Amino acid sequence: MTNGGFHPFTLSDLVNEALSEGVSLGEIALRHECEFSGISRLEAVRRMQANLDVMRSAVQQGLSGRLRSAGGLVGGDAAKVEEYKSRGLSGDHILSAASRALAVSEVNASMGLIVASPTAGSCGVIPGVLLTVAERVGADDEATVMALFAAGAVGIVAASRAGISGAEGGCQAECGVAAAMAAASAVQLAGGDPEAAAHAAAMSLKALLGLVCDPVAGLVEVPCVKRNAFSAAIAMIAADMALAGVRSVIPPDEVIDAMGAVGRMLPVALRETAEGGLAATPTGKSLSARICHNLGDLSGITIGREERGDSGKTREPEGLS
Amino acid sequence: MGTSIFEIIGPIMIGPSSSHTAGAVKIGRLARAILAEKPVDAKIDLHGSFARTYKGHGTDRALVGGLLGFGPDDERLRDSLRLAHEAGLQVIFQFPDLEAELGPLHPNTARLTLKGQNGLTVRIVGSSIGGGRAVVTRIDDFEARITGEYPALVTLHRDKPGVIAALTRILADAGINIAGMTVSRTGRRGRALAVIETDEAIDSSIADLARAHQGVERAIVIVP
Repeated sequence: MTNGGFHPFTLSDLVNEALSEGVSLGEIALRHECEFSGISRLEAVRRMQANLDVMRSAVQQGLSGRLRSAGGLVGGDAAKVEEYKSRGLSGDHILSAASRALAVSEVNASMGLIVASPTAGSCGVIPGVLLTVAERVGADDEATVMALFAAGAVGIVAASRAGISGAEGGCQAECGVAAAMAAASAVQLAGGDPEAAAHAAAMSLKALLGLVCDPVAGLVEVPCVKRNAFSAAIAMIAADMALAGVRSVIPPDEVIDAMGAVGRMLPVALRETAEGGLAATPTGKSLSARICHNLGDLSGITIGREERGDSGKTREPEGLS
Repeated sequence: MGTSIFEIIGPIMIGPSSSHTAGAVKIGRLARAILAEKPVDAKIDLHGSFARTYKGHGTDRALVGGLLGFGPDDERLRDSLRLAHEAGLQVIFQFPDLEAELGPLHPNTARLTLKGQNGLTVRIVGSSIGGGRAVVTRIDDFEARITGEYPALVTLHRDKPGVIAALTRILADAGINIAGMTVSRTGRRGRALAVIETDEAIDSSIADLARAHQGVERAIVIVP
């Protein structure tokens, strides 16, 4: 800690600090946060616990299977996977992480309450992985909150070194970083050391390196919701590999820098503009034409009063039930 | 400049999009604060990406929820159109060519023309500028810059010597430090708009004192 904040710094600095102090990566992140924000340890923990509570209730809500997204393209898949998972090929924990990630992302798409982590579009990955691993290892909320701080350490380094928006760096900057954060938190929760946590983050990001952001109709629905599930699965595998002793040949900070560089090389059409990739497929385009407002239609849409002659279309007040 | 972990894991918000949902809520809230009374009629013009994708991002519900005073994490946002109807707020959405009228605009921009329960009216232009942040760039015919991140005193007044001095004195006497100030006007010695952002919270009594000054037509306080 040199300058009263997190910046400039590297993941290796944070890992070394944790190792030399004999504490977890999350503990180091928590200390830095208190110093940076000027809040007490108690307050920082309380705020992270509030995030955890929202993640947990979003999972519950999403698994109920009754949601429909605002754009109408997603909803109900979390419940399908949850119902199926005991018969699954890839194992209960991977599928639990995937169904929970789907659940939170579906809640997001249907205007439910979520924690942007690091973004709204990638909000399912961390809850999917963290809540599954917490259950698997029998961790209490205190340990789970500390694991969220470990995730935050990775996220802050990624945000400062590479950026975490799809418009800047594609999906690798959103779901990729979310997977990296989730993997680090999983390793910490499972008792791995800070170095293993950083390498789990690096391996997750490597698996998702180059992933483009190509949302159909520009909405946070297709393919975003499913990519949250896949990113959660990758984070689980990366955490296991790191716990098994596997290390990334390319050091974690260099992987993060590579992600930033790849993002800058991505054409604009593949950075959240809905002009390339899946958004530009025939089906993607026809869905977009159906969902998006037709700009040629300049009549207004009125809510809350009777139709007034030809002045505009009346729309029923709507809301998800 | 550093970053708080709670900007990375957080904020807690209603989805699906920080720019198209959370930021739109902020625009609605700022518009309500600038009107300074309960809105009963809103004409909302959507521009750019807001116009194209408002349905799938819930931008319409977010703007209306903001007008009802809801925050970006309020679960009632989802039902805000129905709740507006019940609260006696009439809303119409339109899609005019705003850039033809106002010049180049941020792609996530809305113009809200509001009427309040006691007959006050205001027309604001607001943009969602990413990460859930928003900025009001225009109030009626005046250019402005209000983010809602700081407390602010906003006044509409006659453009004559002494008004700004009086406003800053009122703030100084209350021990309030000015963080930034912009003044814009439609012409020489016409009407002017001042936006004074401050470090400390501004009490509504400050707006009363400002209003008591000769030349000040309207004074409102924006609470972050």
